[in-house]
Amino acid sequence: MSDTTDTGPVLAADGTPLKRSLARALRMQKLRALMLIAPLLLFVLLTFILPIVDMLFRSVENQIVSETLPKTVVELQEWDASSGEAPGEAVFAALAADMKIAVEAKTHTRLGSRLNYEKTGLSSLFRKSGRKVKRWDLAEDAPFKQKFIDIDEDWGDVDVWRTLQTYSPAFTNGYFLNSIDMQKGVDGPEARPENQQIYITLFGRTLFMSLVITASCILLGYPVAWILANLPSRTANLLMILVLLPFWTSLLVRTSAWKVMLQQQGVINDVLVWLGLVADDSRLVMINNQFGTIVAMTHILLPFMILPMYSVMQTIAPTYLRAAKSLGATNWTAFWRVYFPQSVPGIGAGSILVFILAIGYYITPEIVGGTKGVFISNRIAYHISSSLNWGLAAALGTILLAVVLLLYWAYDKIVGIDNVKLG
Amino acid sequence: MANSASTDAFVEFERVQKSYDGETLVVKDLNLQMPQGEFLTMLGPSGSGKTTCLMMLAGFETATHGDIRLDGVSINNIPPHKRGIGMVFQNYALFPHMTIAENLSFPLEVRKMGKSDREAKIKRALDMVEMGDFGGRRPSQLSGGQQQRVALARALVFEPELVLMDEPLGALDKQLREKMQFEITHLAHSLGITTVYVTHDQTEALTMSDRVAVFDDGRIQQLAPPDQLYEAPVNSFVAQFIGENNTLEGTVKEIKAGRALVQLDDGGLIDCTPVHDSVQAGARTRVSIRPERVEYNKDRLQEGAHTLKAEVLEFIYMGDIFRTRLRVAGNEEFIIKTRNAPDQVRLKPGEQIEIGWLPEDCRALDA
Repeated sequence: MSDTTDTGPVLAADGTPLKRSLARALRMQKLRALMLIAPLLLFVLLTFILPIVDMLFRSVENQIVSETLPKTVVELQEWDASSGEAPGEAVFAALAADMKIAVEAKTHTRLGSRLNYEKTGLSSLFRKSGRKVKRWDLAEDAPFKQKFIDIDEDWGDVDVWRTLQTYSPAFTNGYFLNSIDMQKGVDGPEARPENQQIYITLFGRTLFMSLVITASCILLGYPVAWILANLPSRTANLLMILVLLPFWTSLLVRTSAWKVMLQQQGVINDVLVWLGLVADDSRLVMINNQFGTIVAMTHILLPFMILPMYSVMQTIAPTYLRAAKSLGATNWTAFWRVYFPQSVPGIGAGSILVFILAIGYYITPEIVGGTKGVFISNRIAYHISSSLNWGLAAALGTILLAVVLLLYWAYDKIVGIDNVKLG
Repeated sequence: MANSASTDAFVEFERVQKSYDGETLVVKDLNLQMPQGEFLTMLGPSGSGKTTCLMMLAGFETATHGDIRLDGVSINNIPPHKRGIGMVFQNYALFPHMTIAENLSFPLEVRKMGKSDREAKIKRALDMVEMGDFGGRRPSQLSGGQQQRVALARALVFEPELVLMDEPLGALDKQLREKMQFEITHLAHSLGITTVYVTHDQTEALTMSDRVAVFDDGRIQQLAPPDQLYEAPVNSFVAQFIGENNTLEGTVKEIKAGRALVQLDDGGLIDCTPVHDSVQAGARTRVSIRPERVEYNKDRLQEGAHTLKAEVLEFIYMGDIFRTRLRVAGNEEFIIKTRNAPDQVRLKPGEQIEIGWLPEDCRALDA
């Protein structure tokens, strides 16, 4: 093919450029591969990715105010909150018109609940006003300002109107500010009162405890993985079953077992008292706090650390250690300088697995965590299922996702992601 | 140190036994003495105990019984890292997470050597194996032969007096292996280091060693220089294991003037050199003749020498030699090798010939 070097693209036997020929040949292959994964792809897209995207979108979405009270929102734009006075009649008239429609559609209570996240009391205010507005006649009952204040004097409160004005745009950063213990103030974002700050502490605690759990898993799992990797495979397989045994029982059962073990009238305390190590009236508090969460979660996540470490260690030939010793290294030097660096990819894989699982863990902290040992995920669950503040839950989830991605990126920068092996 | 026999031996095994399971002995009563600077090869089939011996010397296995001495000092209780023995492993065992220079630096660092000394030694060692430009590479970026050289340099860089090699050329192709065989012997001799080399490849053993210890069944069957091993095997195992070999079985009729007259099972008579103690009049014996020492040209045989009838079964042209398979005294695997010379006769299958040999080339061994 020496003539093709100076005549441009290489041609296939039929005269078409080789590149196009090759692409055509590969297209069928690619198409078939796509067909094979299509069902799963569709399933994941519909049941997993789209809901997540929708959920994340809720963290900034705030159309409920402008949809329920469209006229009010427009009129309220003119109002200056710093004036210290409630808005004028025009706004109240718009509010009356909007409420009339909202009450028909019964959407005013939903708006009330939404605004109640920002200022308590608004939910009952809207419900109460709704009942009255229903009986008004828009054409004859004007002016409305005094009428609203008669229903509840809160309508004359500048704060109520400021909240309405602040949350009238279709998108808001309010949920995110809330997630980092801030709120929208008169002059932009400001810190919440100290007794309302909770999320930064929770995020910090989640990260810290996940790190502690990961570290304990490394410390406990490394020797086990080492033993497993250095035993004859028959024995190793037998012991492997013991490592995997926890997977055969329900997560709830395992966590509840820890409750039995750790509580003040539990097995461990009883044994300690019986041995005389601990006085009966000063039994150790090992549950419903961080200690309980760390112990239980370390136990539950340990297999995820041992498995990747084991499979990496299995690939490290014992001759490396022998070689190091023959070169004059003591047992420790041989381990630390020759064996350990080769086992780092296993530690990396195990750590990422355990850390990411831990950071989003929910059930175990919920059961054994008490108030001091709960994670951010417990708070998210609370907002999803109890307080129904999905926007805040979505914002917290988004931040959690961002933190995980950030840590993953940092890990890639520092250790290198190709340094992670599952075997 | 303990007795006078060990004074000039650098490496010494005395009555060494090794058992892994407490029931069978892998190494049975091993005695071996090596002077300084010798290149000794342990040769044997797998499971013969040769690698176990090497591992005991390196310190990775402990002897169940007996004494191993290095330079007169018993090393039974010295851990491997204090023995100062260089070792080349079967799969090189170069540390994959270190560069070549770091690999070589490792034994020097654990000896707390200064940086400039280290660098000088690493450079010298790498130059010695012609790998001077590869210091910054990783082991995975090198070919098998290059890794082999680096492994050798690493085992030598801390200047040990004794180097052990455990089938170091096993993973290389034939051409590279032959080249490395030469290089390793050359290096060992020029540096004057004592080398114990383990292999199951008899060609390697013959071409490289000063002496070869042939292992079988946990014992040294013969310990001798290569030429003696090949030409004067002391028992049938060594005769079979080293090189190609023809065997015929029979009974010793008489022994006279250092010659044994053996009657083969089909009645034929041959003259042999009695080698094994068991070769006595009336005893069963197995005689061994190298294929290249068999003669079928009557003119070249001694006057009155005994000959045997043979039928040509197969003639194979191999370039430099001809290989002919014969039926001799009921043995259909009797091979003769002849040089491809201009006047050489090419035998044809079916041809009836008579073969003979010099009595000293035919050795009567244990049955």
